Amino acid sequence: MSLKTTTRQVDGVTIVDCSGRITLGEGSVVLRELVRELLSKGDKNLLLNLGDVTYIDSSGIGELVSAFTTVKNQGGALKLLNLTKKVHDLLQITKLYTVFDVHDNEVAAIQSYK
Amino acid sequence: MTASQVSYTMESTLETVNEAEALAVRFAEESGFDESDVMQISLAVREAAINAVMHGNQRDPAKKMTLGFERMPGEMTITVRDQGAGLDVESLPDPLAPENLMKTSGRGIFLIRTMMDEVQFRILHPGNEIKMKKRVPGPATNSEETLK
Repeated sequence: MSLKTTTRQVDGVTIVDCSGRITLGEGSVVLRELVRELLSKGDKNLLLNLGDVTYIDSSGIGELVSAFTTVKNQGGALKLLNLTKKVHDLLQITKLYTVFDVHDNEVAAIQSYK
Repeated sequence: MTASQVSYTMESTLETVNEAEALAVRFAEESGFDESDVMQISLAVREAAINAVMHGNQRDPAKKMTLGFERMPGEMTITVRDQGAGLDVESLPDPLAPENLMKTSGRGIFLIRTMMDEVQFRILHPGNEIKMKKRVPGPATNSEETLK
């Protein structure tokens, strides 16, 4: 199963509900193109809901880092919501957990952009 | 795949990476690893396959990747070989160093070392070999029953 995404707007924040895998190949490309598309529309406050992401590899981790940097360089903020244990552990191991702004409550996450 | 030793010769394609991961899941589950260990083994094999296919063989159709599984009492060993130029793993930058933390690549070998109990690299001529070992948690056993 590759990566499926659904976007919704809540109080000026674009929430991207992700499900599936963020891995080398299609999954990473889907995320990259979506972030590029959202930025081109002017959506700069992005919240990636990774609650249904079942698998992530080094390429997927790299894609999250790339998205974080790209959004930040354009004056926006990319934050993460609802990490599964697998993704949480990988971000801890790679010391990226403290780099990302990670939330487990959607309302609080949205408020954090204000 | 109930044999205690099996190996596959595979094309240098992205599909091979996914197939290697699926084979690792199957072999690890059959070997009695729990869900967490199966995930770690599958990720290590996936990363090793990515290195072999993308970096080692550079998706050259003339070059193959070989993937081997060996089940022994209380542990399993996985070997991935490519036919590329060979990789000096000691020269790779530390992905946890502050200056490398925000790089978008360079975490594969680190993840393999983190996920597995023992990892050995060997430069072949030509190619590269990575041998990864994972032990079944719990008391050590020499029982042949654990192989079945």
